[in-house]
Amino acid sequence: MANWKINMLTRSPWVFHLAAASCNNCDIEILDLLTPRHDVERFGIVLVGSIKHADVLLVTGCVNRKNVARIKRLYDEAPKPILVVAIGACACSGNMFRTGYQFAGPFDKIIPVHAYVPGCPPKPEAMIDGVVKLITKLKNK
Amino acid sequence: MEKKEVIVPIGPYHPLLEEPEFFKLFCEGEKVVGIDWIAGYNHRGIEKISEGKSYDQVPFLVERICGICSTSHPLAYVNAVENLVGLEIPERAKYIRTFIAEMERIHSHLLWVGLAGHFLGYNTVFMWAWKWREPTLDIMELVTGNRGNYGIMCPGGVRRDMSEEDFPFVQSKLDDIKTKVEMLTKAVLDDPVLLARLKGVGILTAQDIHNYGAVGPVARASGVAIDVRRDDPYAAYNMLDWEMVVVTEGDMLARAKVRLLEIFQSIKIVEQCMARLKEIKGDIVVKVREVPPGEGIGHAEAPRGECFHYVRSDGTNRPIRHKIRAPSYVCIPTFEKSVVGGQIADALICLAGVDPCYCCTERLSAVAENGKTLDGETLLRLSVEKTEALKAKGTPV
Ligand code: SF4
Repeated sequence: MANWKINMLTRSPWVFHLAAASCNNCDIEILDLLTPRHDVERFGIVLVGSIKHADVLLVTGCVNRKNVARIKRLYDEAPKPILVVAIGACACSGNMFRTGYQFAGPFDKIIPVHAYVPGCPPKPEAMIDGVVKLITKLKNK
Repeated sequence: MEKKEVIVPIGPYHPLLEEPEFFKLFCEGEKVVGIDWIAGYNHRGIEKISEGKSYDQVPFLVERICGICSTSHPLAYVNAVENLVGLEIPERAKYIRTFIAEMERIHSHLLWVGLAGHFLGYNTVFMWAWKWREPTLDIMELVTGNRGNYGIMCPGGVRRDMSEEDFPFVQSKLDDIKTKVEMLTKAVLDDPVLLARLKGVGILTAQDIHNYGAVGPVARASGVAIDVRRDDPYAAYNMLDWEMVVVTEGDMLARAKVRLLEIFQSIKIVEQCMARLKEIKGDIVVKVREVPPGEGIGHAEAPRGECFHYVRSDGTNRPIRHKIRAPSYVCIPTFEKSVVGGQIADALICLAGVDPCYCCTERLSAVAENGKTLDGETLLRLSVEKTEALKAKGTPV
């Protein structure tokens, strides 16, 4: 990816939140980031309603056989480059659902993932930390 | 001119909803004339996975059914196992269970108030409610060690004891929540904007509730007084003093009122639990050594209504059948009644009124093809064929 493009991304990243088959807790913690206690909008991080506006894709939950095609399609529709952050144990590895008949592989088998935030659910602080680490790494590249 | 229906799709990845689900609204102009619901985007096959886990491991699995009711499912499950074994748990454990379950109700109802505001485009309510929900999470983190998925229930008792040293902190946070929620309740129930959007919208009569078999706050907002905590007490509910909140209007405002007023009842219960926990000392768990063959049922009043678990054992250390029915499963169909005939702009708030939880519901799906329901054998054959076809194509299965 061209460096100037990444630099543009890291200034005020707009995020799109994609919940695959999740238990909701990770999604709630993501929404929690926007509310007054953490308030990431201070840093220019905004949750957007359309993937076409997004710089960062936050994915939660495990992929199941029904939504795998939709996830691929959403990723294809996203403007590139896009950074993908897998939030929660489900998105990183499948958690305890990996043995289920409906499980269709962890996220990084479906779409490229740039950062992993493990935890079930990860604390909001951990999510901020994950995004900050990703951005610093990209900037110093 | 012939009438034309327009289909408005909501989902499966919709900016407003956090979970994937797919609703089709059939509209004529501004009026909704029908709905359809397509489920399965959130299905993880939990009942099946549960059959491969030992009795002690299942609570960790069932609390991951849903992050918001992450106490109700384990609680219903342990009730089922204790029913199967015929076990009486220590009194201290009962109060700890009640404490956690009621704290969860407070956080869930505040979360709902916030989301309802968000659905109406009234983000001030969203921000307020979620700001004042944080103290409950702080209490949970202190008591159980995690902000969600508490991992506290186990068959025979609870995993972690509460310490008396924490009570002053919990009490101060509770006082904080109480004053804030009082303010919020007044603000929500007096706000002209919210009244205009909520009053008289999505009315469900008591008869509708019976027809759909709806439970929880949805039923109690339509004057149907059902609550598992009173009707079939589990944990410590029969030893505590609290009241069921029932209102009769049956509209969206009534549902908001029930949930807001229940928060105060929950605070009352939590305070009583703390007072009793100071007096009762002793064990918090009895060991379950052996699970005899048989069946057990258990239920718990989740923030959204009755949550039901059924466990069958053949004498080994794993359940051979585990059936789960979440409250949203019976509540979501009432959406059809409340939204059809109304304005399309009210559709989302009607949906929010049910407080639907799709990750709970999607343990179950009925499959129909061309209007006829398929039986188990056909489904199995279709599934095997499809898996083979996918494998042949090289898709990860
Ligand atoms: S990682 Fe845990 S909290 Fe997050 S979606 Fe999965 S089960 Fe839920």
